[in-house]
Amino acid sequence: MEPKEIFEKVTEKFGGKAVELQEEGFRPAFVVVSPESVREIALFLRDDPALKFDSLMCLSGVDYKDRFAVTYHLHSLSVGHQIGVKTYLPREAPSLPSVDMVWPAANFQEREAFDLYGIVFEGSWDLRRILLPEDWEGHPLRKDYKYPEFYNGIKV
Amino acid sequence: MMESLAISLVDALPVLSGVPLWTITLLVMVMVAAVVLTFALTYSGLATYVERKVAGDIQARVGPNRVGPVGILQFLADGIKLLLKEDIIPAKADRFLFVLAPYLVFIGSFAAFVVVPFGVGLIASDLNIGIYYLMAITSLVVVGVMLAGWSSNNKWALLGGMRAAAQIVSYEIPVGMALLPAVLIAGSLSLQDIVRSQGGLFGIFGWNLFHNPFTFLSFFLYYVAALAETNRTPFDIPEAESELVSGYHVEYSGIRFAFFFLAEYGDMFVVSALATACFLGGWHVPFLDAEALPALWGNLLSLGVFLGKTLSLVVLMMWIRWTLPRLRVDQLMRMAWKYLVPLTFVNLLGVSLWLLLFHGEGIPRMIASLFG
Amino acid sequence: MKARAEALPTQEMLINMGPQHPSTHGVLRVILRTDGEVVVNARPDVGYLHRALEKIGERVTYAQYMPFTDRLDYLAAMNCNAAWAWTVEKLAGIEVPERAEYIRVIVSELNRIASHLIAFGSFTADMGAFTPFLYAIRERERINDLFEDICGNRLTYNYVRIGGVSADLPDRFLEKTKEFLDYFEPKVPEYNNLISYNKIFVHRLANVAAVTPEDAVGYGLTGPNLRGSGVPFDLRKNEPYSVYPEFDFDVCVGTGERGTLGDCFDRYMVRINEMKESVRIVRQAIEQIPEGPVMAKVPRMFKPPVGEVYFRAENPRGETGIYLISDGTVNPYRLKIRAPSFVTMGIFEKITKGLMIADVVAVIGSFDIILPEIDR
Repeated sequence: MEPKEIFEKVTEKFGGKAVELQEEGFRPAFVVVSPESVREIALFLRDDPALKFDSLMCLSGVDYKDRFAVTYHLHSLSVGHQIGVKTYLPREAPSLPSVDMVWPAANFQEREAFDLYGIVFEGSWDLRRILLPEDWEGHPLRKDYKYPEFYNGIKV
Repeated sequence: MMESLAISLVDALPVLSGVPLWTITLLVMVMVAAVVLTFALTYSGLATYVERKVAGDIQARVGPNRVGPVGILQFLADGIKLLLKEDIIPAKADRFLFVLAPYLVFIGSFAAFVVVPFGVGLIASDLNIGIYYLMAITSLVVVGVMLAGWSSNNKWALLGGMRAAAQIVSYEIPVGMALLPAVLIAGSLSLQDIVRSQGGLFGIFGWNLFHNPFTFLSFFLYYVAALAETNRTPFDIPEAESELVSGYHVEYSGIRFAFFFLAEYGDMFVVSALATACFLGGWHVPFLDAEALPALWGNLLSLGVFLGKTLSLVVLMMWIRWTLPRLRVDQLMRMAWKYLVPLTFVNLLGVSLWLLLFHGEGIPRMIASLFG
Repeated sequence: MKARAEALPTQEMLINMGPQHPSTHGVLRVILRTDGEVVVNARPDVGYLHRALEKIGERVTYAQYMPFTDRLDYLAAMNCNAAWAWTVEKLAGIEVPERAEYIRVIVSELNRIASHLIAFGSFTADMGAFTPFLYAIRERERINDLFEDICGNRLTYNYVRIGGVSADLPDRFLEKTKEFLDYFEPKVPEYNNLISYNKIFVHRLANVAAVTPEDAVGYGLTGPNLRGSGVPFDLRKNEPYSVYPEFDFDVCVGTGERGTLGDCFDRYMVRINEMKESVRIVRQAIEQIPEGPVMAKVPRMFKPPVGEVYFRAENPRGETGIYLISDGTVNPYRLKIRAPSFVTMGIFEKITKGLMIADVVAVIGSFDIILPEIDR
């Protein structure tokens, strides 16, 4: 299916929660949704018989200088189409529902987004730092990250 | 035998006639023990070298070839290296047990060399309970291994020690049962008697291996069970390098580690020697009657034949190690209890019935008697 | 009797399969809670090798990032290089000359063979059969020799460039590759005879950690892990990129031949069969490779247009995806690497419940993970 059709299907079901379609210069195209609706839209995308997005290819956090975003790249093994889903989050206290009950593959990648950006995924069955030590302070991939001087007394 | 050696020594050196006999006997015992221990240690050292060469051959590479001609002094270099290593005892380990464990394993392994029948009249001590003693003394290894696992204060070592104990104890039963046919045929537990009972018939067909189909099976059952006793692949789960990081001897370093290592090779020799003695005719020289030969020739030839047979079985163990993967611990235990134990029992029954029916005659002897 | 046994208090053991361990394929820490020999919970703890490759990507230029992709999955470095090159070319719409694409495919497939050889060798070494590892290394040395001819390096190649490859094939490279393929092709059935169908080996792997196809897709397994569960999805066939449509090869799928579908043995056999298919692909590529330039015209200070692109390539360990956001400057704005081993580790905790400790080692080996990719 074409991204426009997918966007129409989502708008049909969820109305204003699907905000816009980013197509020009974006491969695959992104359906931008509001943060609170991520989980229900994800369920719809996975279970709807025409869409059947059963595979989450990639989940990543992004830091656009004025706001955060979480992007989901989805793929359907049966139908063969791809789509992206993006939500924008404010810089202070970014949080959104977790999708790890929709695609279990999301868990590790959400933990990584939490670790490196500080984005909180509510309802995740396990949200801990994954790549950095448990007691690290700060979220390194943010654009305004300052490298710490010391870590546990060791000069970094 | 020690007494007779002592007496012949006194006869040979009249200067010793003033010394009481028991002192000379004691001295003779110590000398014999020293000879056996030297042989055992040299063998163990060379076995490590041979293992590495065999491994190299199977793995399409060369193996040690730097130290000495074709690398044969490698084991000396390794020994010196291990002696010079720092003796680390983990802080929270149980010191006394930690130090004791390697010695127990060493004793359990090398004390068995005493009853190995090396040749005609070449046996350190021909106990009339030879096999019984062997089974008992090799069980000391279990105690040593468990102590090593426990006292290292390391969960991996503990796991390894427990697995090893379970494995060795479980495989003692098939080992014992598989050896009994040889005992039944010879009618004695003494190893020299068992070897002598395989004489005649060109020195080859008298072997217990060919005696009847059940003893043929016994040999293979014994060999497999003995592989498990000595913790060799495919049964080396207690010291699985890639899973348990060396299992029960992970915390040992230097000469203590060397003890475990040497004990393993010693065990391999004892087990192969037992297989040779009980099933492959021991020191019987093919086509000759070893006991009828003049003293020195008979001794040397039979020694050579015995070592040849035993060492080929040892090399076979090494070959198997570098070829087969490892069994998981539950598969190992299943194999012992569900397959080997019933098989060896049935085997023993078969041998007993055969001996009853055919009055102790084996197939080769029956064929020979047909031809007169 | 049963009630008495259950009433006995047995303690759970907490064992640390620490960062240093001979069979965890790198610095992986697995926190095992076991009840005797049976695993109650096995939690992987990754991050020991985190080198901030994604943050570095935001500081260096596109061309400068190529050596970093080598260190991503160093056993399949050519594949990672090529994935990065294809991503940037997709973003900027660069036309790569056909000869360069053929060369990329040849080296990618040779690297796939090398990577699967290591996977095969170290997996059998974990199972206790030490010898196949040395045979695998011997074959891989020959592939390394070929790569040394091409780019001078034996492990981290940095050969592929954005817009092509850095240098044309040296003299006699195609003949030497053909000699290697002729030498290697009978080796795979030899390995099968030696170890793959060995009774002990099969017993260790059959019915261990079977992953159902639905779980495999849901947990994001890709590559041989997904195909081992019976899902016939191969990016080179289903979403072909580069010149893969020109080649004729089969997709290797697990069939549950010695146990359940999707168990460790299936994943292992998929890798063995994939080596055979890669040999086919390289043979066809050697026949079909055209003459021509090997590098497109790409400006020194390369500035791609603004946009976001996601590209995925079929690496030996799964699909390596790169999500690239460009803001028109010489440095990438955001560079996210979707490493296959990282996503595969997500299923680890679920699949190891109820296995024995020895099986945990088998699972790690059968998923063929590599730590630099997980930790980036």
